[in-house]
Amino acid sequence: MRREGSALAGAGTVMMKELADNLASTRMRLLEILIFITGAGAVYATIGQVRDTIGEDPFVFLRIFTSAQDPLPSFVAFLGLLIPIVAISLGFDAINSEFNRKTMSRILAQPIYRDALLFGKFMAGLATLAVTLAALWLFVIGLAIFLLGLPPSTEESLRSLCFLIAAIAYGGVWMALAMLFSVAFRSTATAALASLAVWLFFAFFWTMIVKILVQVISPADPYDVAGLISAVETGLGLGRISPNMLFSEAALAFLNPGERGQSLGILLPQQLQGAISGPLPLAESLALVWPQVTGLLAGFILLFTIAYIMFQRQEVRA
Amino acid sequence: MSEPVIRTEQLTKTYGNRTAVDRLDLSIEAGEVFGLLGPNGAGKTTTILMLLGLTEPTSGHASVAGFDPLRQPLEVKRRVGYMPDQVGFYDNLTGVSNLRYTAKLCGLEDRDADERITKALARVRLTEAGQRPVRTYSRGMRQRLAIAEILMKGASIAILDEPTGGLDPQSTREFLELIRSLKRDGMTIILSSHMLELVQVVCDRVALFNAGKIGLMGRVDDLLRSVLGGSHIIRIEAKGAGLIEALQRVPGVTRVSDEGTSLRLECTDDLRADVARAVVQAGGDLTMIDAGHASLDDVYTRYFEGVAHAS
Repeated sequence: MRREGSALAGAGTVMMKELADNLASTRMRLLEILIFITGAGAVYATIGQVRDTIGEDPFVFLRIFTSAQDPLPSFVAFLGLLIPIVAISLGFDAINSEFNRKTMSRILAQPIYRDALLFGKFMAGLATLAVTLAALWLFVIGLAIFLLGLPPSTEESLRSLCFLIAAIAYGGVWMALAMLFSVAFRSTATAALASLAVWLFFAFFWTMIVKILVQVISPADPYDVAGLISAVETGLGLGRISPNMLFSEAALAFLNPGERGQSLGILLPQQLQGAISGPLPLAESLALVWPQVTGLLAGFILLFTIAYIMFQRQEVRA
Repeated sequence: MSEPVIRTEQLTKTYGNRTAVDRLDLSIEAGEVFGLLGPNGAGKTTTILMLLGLTEPTSGHASVAGFDPLRQPLEVKRRVGYMPDQVGFYDNLTGVSNLRYTAKLCGLEDRDADERITKALARVRLTEAGQRPVRTYSRGMRQRLAIAEILMKGASIAILDEPTGGLDPQSTREFLELIRSLKRDGMTIILSSHMLELVQVVCDRVALFNAGKIGLMGRVDDLLRSVLGGSHIIRIEAKGAGLIEALQRVPGVTRVSDEGTSLRLECTDDLRADVARAVVQAGGDLTMIDAGHASLDDVYTRYFEGVAHAS
């Protein structure tokens, strides 16, 4: 059966209103402060180390993002942890708060479809995230130019831009998850806790669980090379279920073309025979992480679709 | 007679094996104030949501202003203003900003919207309060803001779900006056309520709901006459033996019920003199006699008592 009229009529209006709400909210202020302080801290801590390698490394600028200085983790590792929190905080109360404020039935009685409400809210969240991350990205680059005294090359700029896009896609996955929970749970607290539980699971426990699972699925025999390789590959495959892993691999490939970012799997000595040493060109790096990036997009589309279907089937009355 | 603006045919909604609305046939004329009355959970809100296309009927068909709410919900929602039973606004925004958001969702031009908002707020006496955030509003003010939204939208049909719920008597009276003034503008109004007596004064016609079905439908006066066999209630306080039997013999008295301290009589006419005489003749001490009007509450109780007995 067909419905008449555009499913997206009003989505722009919803988006603009939500965007204004997001940008003006206290919650967002606090998160911005948090990520700017950690970003600045991470960059400042690594700058001394990076400065020593100027002239040796063709991608010295990207080092700012990836090198860690004890006790602080690298900027990329910080983002891997903080982006989910920002994304979750933007999405966990998207739908259920409308029910709690009793505005849902009144808004849906206006000439718009439910689709417009969900799309508008998601787009607003994603736009907020993109604006925040872009601001942070520019801030870090500016800080690096200031502290290093040299500008990034074209390739470095492009690579860091690719990284920014991957970071937004990574945030999109977490926001879609938080929105799914905001549809599934009427209580905002439950939705927030459920989202954070999933985040915690992937950020800290998944790597441990993968180790156990690998032992079960392909037990390693120290005298069998093929068995060892398959154990490592099982571990990688399972690990890539986690969006955190996909993000860190994408970050590695984009920001570290020189060494570890040349291959995301295992490299056997035979494979390296006759290999030309030197950094990977950007196009090759892109080809390398294409599965990771599409994996993130697929996760995001899947979660959003589930949320969409659930929302369409939900009863309006509270 | 013109084509009814709202019509339902065998409209049914089931949740699992519970039937919320059972084969509903309804037809409402333009300019009418129509009351959907009944206790909570009788299917009033479900019916309203189906009329708005917010809930899909299990079977049956509805038509609102000539459109099918299922296939053309946007056309329906453009013409219908809806006030939910618990109306909420964005608390951090002002009344005006809330209406502006709705206006944009309705696709109104900015200038046109501002003009309509000013007019609508003046009509519900919220001109000053419109500049304040909604979190400072009282319940009555929120409800008036909801009416302003319906006015601003230019809706020709207003559906109000429990509009007097939680209002104090003063606000209720003002609200009913507002509904009357909307009727004078030619708006078709559907209101649902479990406060039968309050609604009786504004509704042209009412439908009494019970367990998803319409038990009775018609003009308030007609219902009073047909169900109660007359619309006069006399209340007396008297002492003495055999009074009830004596009173039942009075011509015109259709029913006598003992309500503890007093007796309640349903009569075809104002029979206070006859009743007093009967009490005295039966040797009773009459201490109080009072005439009151029958209300929909009486109709409702009586009718569904009958239904319960029959089943």
